[in-house]
Amino acid sequence: MNLTKDEVAHVAELAKLQLSDTELEEFSGQLGQILAYAQQVQSVDTSAVPPTPQVLPLTNVLAADEASVSLSNDQAVDNAPDSDEGYFRVVAVFDDTGA
Amino acid sequence: MTGRNVTEQLTTLGVVDCSEGLASGRFSSVDLTQAFLQRIDRVDGRIHAFLRTTPAQALEAAAEADRARADGDRRPLLGIPLAIKDVLMTTGIETTAGSRILEGFVPPYSATAVERLNSAGAIILGKTNTDEFAMGSSTENSAYGPTLNPWNLDRVPGGSSGGSAAAVAANEAPAALGTDTGGSVRQPAAFCGIVGLKPSYGRVSRYGLIAYGSSLDQVGPITRSVADAALLLEVIAGADPRDSTTMPVDVPAFSSALTGDIAGLRIGIPQEYFVEGIQPEVEEAVRSAIEHFASLGAEIVPVRLPNTELALPVYYLVVTAEASANLARYDGIRFGLSADGETVFDHFRQTRGAGFGPEVKRRIMLGTYALSAGYYDAYYLKAQQVRTMIRQDFDRAFSQVDVLLSPTSPTTAFRIGEKVDDPLAMILTDIFTTSANLAGLCGISVPCGFDGSDLPIGLQLLGPPFGEETILAAAYAYEQSANWRLRSPKL
Repeated sequence: MNLTKDEVAHVAELAKLQLSDTELEEFSGQLGQILAYAQQVQSVDTSAVPPTPQVLPLTNVLAADEASVSLSNDQAVDNAPDSDEGYFRVVAVFDDTGA
Repeated sequence: MTGRNVTEQLTTLGVVDCSEGLASGRFSSVDLTQAFLQRIDRVDGRIHAFLRTTPAQALEAAAEADRARADGDRRPLLGIPLAIKDVLMTTGIETTAGSRILEGFVPPYSATAVERLNSAGAIILGKTNTDEFAMGSSTENSAYGPTLNPWNLDRVPGGSSGGSAAAVAANEAPAALGTDTGGSVRQPAAFCGIVGLKPSYGRVSRYGLIAYGSSLDQVGPITRSVADAALLLEVIAGADPRDSTTMPVDVPAFSSALTGDIAGLRIGIPQEYFVEGIQPEVEEAVRSAIEHFASLGAEIVPVRLPNTELALPVYYLVVTAEASANLARYDGIRFGLSADGETVFDHFRQTRGAGFGPEVKRRIMLGTYALSAGYYDAYYLKAQQVRTMIRQDFDRAFSQVDVLLSPTSPTTAFRIGEKVDDPLAMILTDIFTTSANLAGLCGISVPCGFDGSDLPIGLQLLGPPFGEETILAAAYAYEQSANWRLRSPKL
């Protein structure tokens, strides 16, 4: 089973991952191969089986609502590629036409 | 202490040996730290276990540890140098997870496991190589080049904690921290002829561990001996308010469990784990280890884990789904590599396209696919259901036996480059290890022999969740009487 190049491109867009033509080509074969292998799970009867999202017998772990020391503003932006006065600077999300 | 031979001798010591030597005053922490730093200088050009070392900080910390000891400080790891896998954050020390996308990233805080080692007095020698974001089984997926196996430089050290395992095997560190999502502590320990312990899920905090598969990841020690693994686990284990997936249970004194007496221990042999495709020498070594366990008074019980074949496909669906969500954070805004996209989405696409290597992209793609509209039920939900069935297999097995025994990996260390172009073949090397992560079990790999090419073979002992004392006790009894640890690689 191979994924089409369009399917691979669609998934790459969902993952916000720029792929070269060569990568698109390569992944359509490789992902198809791995998915064909993973498809084994689909033949298992799981009608009465609950899912396991995680293994611990813990639900809704709560912490006391207490203020504690956290990173300083300087530390928080220290690794940012671009920051300004303690803020992360990003490319504008909306264009300036107001559209 | 001076002289090259004396210095080299120090680098053969494990954690417990170091601790005894320091306590008795036979050598200082500065002697010890210097010895390991010199060893790294001498051999790491050939091994590439370390991505970076921190000699100045290490020696300064060592001098401080020596002063503290003179003042009566007796912390368990005081003055002992260790290596840390580069997926664990270390305050002030660059941490890349083996990826270009984090090149130059200097964390403002340390992982809890690292912090606990530091609080116990340990010193950091440096950060070890890893498959990018711990995605791999050979350390060949590091963006900074592969690590080589100290036993044979044409072979991989295993992965993803290959740098940590190679460093310990090559006497570049007495012990190291690794992480295990599907076998990444146990398999490299097996390939490098040393001990690797994957704690139960929830035993060790994941805070500050760069996330890969959050329901599977655990931090674990990679050591020269079982006693060292027990000691390090004692230090790093325990509930952490900063990780809500740590279990609020007491941390036993694991070292006290190492009595050497395993009479009456029930060891289960999963029939499904001895199948075609195992290298004959591996099967032979593990079968003779089983006889050895029996001679120590253990009861050997054949058991069934009927859903074994499904573990790998389930693992690959679960881990890639979790990875695709976890790695969404690498957007080039708050840290790491940043491209110059004209729009914000271009910026994301280009940053991620340029920063991630091929294996990481492949896994993000697979996980995104498995979570995407129309496929979620068929892949991700289904995988989670089969995960329950795999857990039930182990519940049944552990109602009959105390531990399970199998090979750690179906083969010894394979050749560099042998599997890089075949992602599925690489995946299959994890066949005996991923189940433990899916079920939250604890597991340990200990050396159990060598193949015809003098490559180490490891056996795996699995225990139920929070059953570390039992697997450590069993591993210790075997290690002490089988004595495979007396051999070390020639470098």
